[in-house]
Amino acid sequence: MEITLNGATRTIPAQTSASDLIESLGLAGQRLALEVNREIVPRSTFSEHMIRPGDTVEIVRAIGGG
Amino acid sequence: MSTVMQPNSSAPADPLIIDGIAYRSRLLVGTGKYKDMAETRAATEASGAEIVTVAIRRTNIGQNTDEPNLLEVIPPDRYTLLPNTAGCYTAEDAVRTCRLARELLDGHDLVKLEVLGDEKTLFPDIVQTIAATETLVEDGFKVMVYTNDDPIIAKRLEEMGCVAVMPLAAPIGSGLGIRNPYNIMTIVENAGVPILVDAGVGTASDAALAMELGCDGVLMNTAIAGAQDPVMMASAMKKGIEAGREAFLAGRIPRKRFASASSPIDGTFF
Repeated sequence: MEITLNGATRTIPAQTSASDLIESLGLAGQRLALEVNREIVPRSTFSEHMIRPGDTVEIVRAIGGG
Repeated sequence: MSTVMQPNSSAPADPLIIDGIAYRSRLLVGTGKYKDMAETRAATEASGAEIVTVAIRRTNIGQNTDEPNLLEVIPPDRYTLLPNTAGCYTAEDAVRTCRLARELLDGHDLVKLEVLGDEKTLFPDIVQTIAATETLVEDGFKVMVYTNDDPIIAKRLEEMGCVAVMPLAAPIGSGLGIRNPYNIMTIVENAGVPILVDAGVGTASDAALAMELGCDGVLMNTAIAGAQDPVMMASAMKKGIEAGREAFLAGRIPRKRFASASSPIDGTFF
């Protein structure tokens, strides 16, 4: 299925949870925050939160800034 | 209770208190514009800062996933992280950024709100800043707000519940120093929350002047990160802040037009 991930279209397998997505991107264990369709998905619910076709997903982190 | 602490006491003398938390350092620093993580770490350490700003941005997908993470050089258990809303031009984007930051930092709710008006000046958009402040305070955030040097707006932001108000000295990254010291003085005199100069400082004397005007602290990034030797400039800024604070507390002499001899007139033998 297709989703929009950090502004780019991406094809991911059906039945992908938020944890699956993060793991498939090599981001497991990193400190990040996830938003799906502008709603925050708490880290504690990553494993049960299923990504749906057409979802807009943002994965963010802290970087240098003033 | 005495507010004077012994030098060897673990509690800081003359602390900066923000939202009930006491900090030793009155210098707050950003982590942008450094050439690498090692320089970020060294300059941050040399500054002595305890509160350190970070930006929230998209994670790189599929590239450099093993690049060093900022939070490894600025660990949240050692520094108080202050996520900012830099780059936001609407209240909506700023609120969204703060909510993501709170999730990212495990519920940490101290944020630096800045909502910008245009790219050329990076002056704050006060209408959007006020709107975002309202939502964030309602949502339980502890808001340190970037604003212009308008005393009326500074007071309004305090009344809305901001835990600190941070007027600019000059445009972000300009290094022009304090352009309107009288307004900064008025903001300080009216304030019931800490006032920190945020943005526009160029060198240590600018930071000292902010403190001599009575500001509670200074937040800066470019002045340190953009210096020829950022680590040495971080150290200079630390000293400038400390010198300015002591001079403020000591109470400077009034300015007079004519001289006043330092040596006694009595007892001259010539």
